Amino acid sequence: MTTDTARHIPDRLDSPFRSAVFSWEMLLVLVAIAIFVINSIASPYFLNAWSLSDLTFNFTEKGLIALAMAMLIIAGEIDLSVAAIIALASTLMGMALQAEADTPTLVLIGVGVGLLCGAFNGVLVTRLGLPSIVVTIGTMSLFRGVAYIILGDQAYKGYPESFAFFGQGYVGWVISFELVLFLVAALVFWFLLHRTSFGRTVFAIGNNPIAAAFSGVRVERVKFILFCLTGLMSGIAAVLITSRLGSTRPSIAQGYELEVITMVVLGGVNILGGAGSILGVVLAAVIMGLVTFGLGLMNVPGIVMSIFIGLLLIVVIALPIIWNRLRERSA
Amino acid sequence: MSSPLALPFQTGGHPAADSTGSSHMIHTSVESPKPLPAGGEITPLLTLSGISKNFPGVRALSGVSLSLYPGQVTALIGENGAGKSTLVKILTGIYQPDEGEIRIGGQPAKLPTAHAAFEQGITAIHQETVLFDHLTVAENIFLGHAPRTRFGMIDWRTMRANAKEVLETLGAGHIDADAPLSDLGIANKHLVAIARAMSIDARIVIMDEPTAALSAKEIEELFLLIEFLKSQKKAILFISHKFDEIFRIADRYTVFRDGQMVGEGRLAGTTQNALVRMMVGRAVDHIFPERQPKIGGPLLAVSGLSHPTEFDDISFELRQGEILGFYGLVGAGRSEVMQAIAGMTRTSRGTIMLRGQEIAPRSAADAISAGIVYVPEERGRQGVVIGMPIFQNVSLPSLKRTSKSGVLRLAEEFRLARTYTERLDLRASSLSQDVGTLSGGNQQKVVIAKWLATKPKVIILDEPTKGIDIGSKAAVHGFMAELVAEGLSVIMVSSELPEILGMSDRVVVMREGRIAAIRENDGLDAEMLVRLAAGIAQ
Repeated sequence: MTTDTARHIPDRLDSPFRSAVFSWEMLLVLVAIAIFVINSIASPYFLNAWSLSDLTFNFTEKGLIALAMAMLIIAGEIDLSVAAIIALASTLMGMALQAEADTPTLVLIGVGVGLLCGAFNGVLVTRLGLPSIVVTIGTMSLFRGVAYIILGDQAYKGYPESFAFFGQGYVGWVISFELVLFLVAALVFWFLLHRTSFGRTVFAIGNNPIAAAFSGVRVERVKFILFCLTGLMSGIAAVLITSRLGSTRPSIAQGYELEVITMVVLGGVNILGGAGSILGVVLAAVIMGLVTFGLGLMNVPGIVMSIFIGLLLIVVIALPIIWNRLRERSA
Repeated sequence: MSSPLALPFQTGGHPAADSTGSSHMIHTSVESPKPLPAGGEITPLLTLSGISKNFPGVRALSGVSLSLYPGQVTALIGENGAGKSTLVKILTGIYQPDEGEIRIGGQPAKLPTAHAAFEQGITAIHQETVLFDHLTVAENIFLGHAPRTRFGMIDWRTMRANAKEVLETLGAGHIDADAPLSDLGIANKHLVAIARAMSIDARIVIMDEPTAALSAKEIEELFLLIEFLKSQKKAILFISHKFDEIFRIADRYTVFRDGQMVGEGRLAGTTQNALVRMMVGRAVDHIFPERQPKIGGPLLAVSGLSHPTEFDDISFELRQGEILGFYGLVGAGRSEVMQAIAGMTRTSRGTIMLRGQEIAPRSAADAISAGIVYVPEERGRQGVVIGMPIFQNVSLPSLKRTSKSGVLRLAEEFRLARTYTERLDLRASSLSQDVGTLSGGNQQKVVIAKWLATKPKVIILDEPTKGIDIGSKAAVHGFMAELVAEGLSVIMVSSELPEILGMSDRVVVMREGRIAAIRENDGLDAEMLVRLAAGIAQ
């Protein structure tokens, strides 16, 4: 071991092309194509521009939340209250509607309530140092509980015509506003996570929060921002769903949190934090949309679908672990 | 220590003892019936031959051999990255060799799992112990082979009694068998680990840097224990970077360099210089660099800094271009003071002035932007971000500089990482390699590189050469000399006297959270520092 001359260390060994071919994302692309083909064979109604357009509504709202949730999980935290945030935001929008608020005000209330709920989660986790899984199980009951108290078994209806655009409108031909919003948000989140120093600190925190803090990363601040972002995206989803359904019930978006987390994990985000990509989450959202829409075309009942989602969640969490174990054994 | 020697205690029928078929603790001469004069050749208890192990892109071991003899200590010597850790992992069943043969007691053996190694009577005592903090001492000793009652439940009473007995045999009767392990200091944790080795009737004991975190007195006690293990005919593999310890305790040596075995033999016929030459492939003339300190005016002034529990009334000054050594016993509060200066710990009183301006860092980020960086002691927990590539580790504290309005610039990051890692002579196959795949010494280089890349005015190094090999040590010391020559100021916290005396311009001695003395390093000697640190009157 001579130390006389410094060795030149290359930037990387694998070519980016090679690592792209053997990636989880490539696997997801193949799975998406396979399900697409199966759907086209199984149902004559599938291969049709309007069917495919309808399909996107199955993932756009949850996908928007999954983008933010992915960053939160990469940082080693989680938010189980996202569906409850939708319920509370939608309920408060309904109350504003009773007070004859106009469309911009309704949107502002939906988005604002989401942001505040996220900030509330963030304060509890970062200021009091509580585990996020416990905090957000608590706020999950709290937020939806408030919605039930306000609404009981009633529903708010009669949203204005102009409000319907967000969940029912089309930008052009079969391209919905929701789909465009999702794609734009995906680009924004991809840039934020993979191309900014903020995104880099998210990965660092997820891998080793102590070393990150020693390295000058403001760990608590980053986590707080991520909770706010997740709340904000839930608020945006609340506007879209309320607009699409045209009404608010306290049971709105029940169980969405599990589908969102399934999307994130299927997208290749490590449930223990530290690794993941936005591209994977987008592909996972599309796959979930394809699967649920396909099952719907085949008249599979909703309860079977939720069994399917549950199984999928377990499989995608277990798969990477089993995969790594097999690889270690062969190494 | 109450003479623990040669007192075989009852182990109470453990599966490990049964499966090996004999109790080596009592019948000590199974492998070699004739009594052995010192220096006589005996049959090895364990032999490795032609062992190779490859990792993606790295050949960690190529065709190495190693023999361990009953009743003898074999020192394994080599620089960081020489393959010592890989070998230990092969011996403890964590890694499987790609080629080669393992023989135990003359029989070919396979160690497919950690449990298999355990059943073969191989046990390891690590630098950072791998015991369980939340279990009691007795549970740690008997984990996996606890005595059972007739009904198959754990026999707690017998377990406690046996634990006490084992501890007493080791002269460690002061350790409470019911105490949770987390209450114990590192020295006592080692004792528990050794007690565990005794309780499973281990024949082969691997000690991986056991003295790294021990005080001088604790090291003496450990050596007595090793003598005891020798008298019990255990075969001991002793890994250390400290040559005085090796010559003190070991009978034989094996030297690794770059994954190859480059020499072995009896220590009696060799010299320290000969071993160092084998290890690094060249002679290291002097460990500490010569330097002409150019010390300027005061740069950092700390006055009256206090913490509710850890330290009190800390005042000192650091000058431009100076290396200020901080010496003290483990627990004297040195790291805590440094973490406070670096913004990681809140203080209750006192001020920190940098170039005449008061700073009150509330986070590491504040301290870094003020120009003060702290290279922490616990490399794995506080230093590197394992799971992230080398270049991202290096750029992490400098992201403001390598990005433009918050947007990453990869080319800048690679340039920054390359500049500093190559200057430190990092050994890596690429900068995109996960930092977790590097050896300890190379991880330390990444950690130092990442702090230097922030271009600090003051760099605080907490035990910068703890647990790294002599070659890397010299590189770190040489590097420190370069840094101060460039006008940087260094605070070096160290528990190693030669390092303190060899590197410092001035020395601050701390004792029980207070400053005991500040001395120019001029005519200082080791004894004086130890007396100051321990509070013994001159």
